[in-house]
Amino acid sequence: MQIEVIGSGCKKCKMLYDLAREVANDLGLRDAVLYSNDITKIINMGLVSSPVLTINGNPVLVGIIPSRNELKEIISKNF
Amino acid sequence: MFYPLQLLSDWISYDFFNLNINSRIGSSINFFIYDSLKIIILLILINYLMAIIRYYLPIEKIRNFLASREWYGFDYFLGSLFGTITPFCSCSSIPLFVGFLSARIPLGVTFSFLITSPLVNEVAVVLFLGLFGLKITIIYIISAILLGMMSGFILGKLKMEKYVAEYIWQIKTREIEINQKDKPFKELIKIFWHDGWNITKNIIIYVIVGIAIGALIHGYVPTLFFENYISKENIFAVPLSTIIAIPMYANAAGVIPVIESLIEKGVPLGTAMSFMMATVGLSLPEALILKKVMKLKLLFYFFGIVGINIMIIGYIFNLIF
Repeated sequence: MQIEVIGSGCKKCKMLYDLAREVANDLGLRDAVLYSNDITKIINMGLVSSPVLTINGNPVLVGIIPSRNELKEIISKNF
Repeated sequence: MFYPLQLLSDWISYDFFNLNINSRIGSSINFFIYDSLKIIILLILINYLMAIIRYYLPIEKIRNFLASREWYGFDYFLGSLFGTITPFCSCSSIPLFVGFLSARIPLGVTFSFLITSPLVNEVAVVLFLGLFGLKITIIYIISAILLGMMSGFILGKLKMEKYVAEYIWQIKTREIEINQKDKPFKELIKIFWHDGWNITKNIIIYVIVGIAIGALIHGYVPTLFFENYISKENIFAVPLSTIIAIPMYANAAGVIPVIESLIEKGVPLGTAMSFMMATVGLSLPEALILKKVMKLKLLFYFFGIVGINIMIIGYIFNLIF
């Protein structure tokens, strides 16, 4: 299982990355979250907003920062 | 519509705080309370509404729509129009620029979108409605759309494609199917609320600071103070305020309340509008971000053409009002 936050390096992207790391830690998934600022990945997926959160390569969140509980639910659901 | 709020602010400032209605501090505090309450209520409402629109019309759908056929120039209008309903976060300006171009949307249309999007967003509209009223709000939105169309059209006609960073043309995008699973209505209400509140929460501090500065100007700067310096007859006022505004980095949330007070003290509407549009629409940090995807020459043309069009709008506003 791999979670990746892809962003253009802005504040919102960092916020999502930090949140994702915390949530993954709570779920016992250490070091599962990666950060990338390669926007070509975003475009290749057919998306145009940043940040994007992918789980095993599939985008599950685009351009928004969810609440902690929401993110927990999303990650556990796609586990 | 806002009459009860005025009563409440009067009560807080003149009865609760026992301030003198004719004093400077009394006038500033009353102005601050009234504007803050009004704007916060409007922000919450409009951000909720926009969360609904965004949910049903994500930017990927807009891109697919624009890329779906040949529009024969009508797409400058569409790009500009869609820019007004899409929230703009500078985080997304690069993926957006690249994503539009790789979907083969023309460069000029991409610019139209990129120009209008930060100028007209829900926050700007709320502040305009709350502080300037419906008529000026509508005129502002129309001018912003025209600005996006004109600037995008000129940039498109200049055939600047070769000044876009080359790697962009190699990137392939694909049309994505936006699958919104049918969520129960109860859950949607919560999602919209959370999404809208997130935006309100993030900008509220800028709005309050802007209103506070505006309130100080309102209470302490003499009426028509600026009229002697920045009159309509001074033809340099519009270009000067546009150029001064470019290095300033602020979002619409903080600038508009200050502008309202400046106008009240005698700054002509068009001059103030040029200042505001240049602050919000053209900024050095944005230029640094865009530098990653376009060569210096294109960036220079982009700022130049948008800047000139902002000045034209300023002059027109000064003529009309």
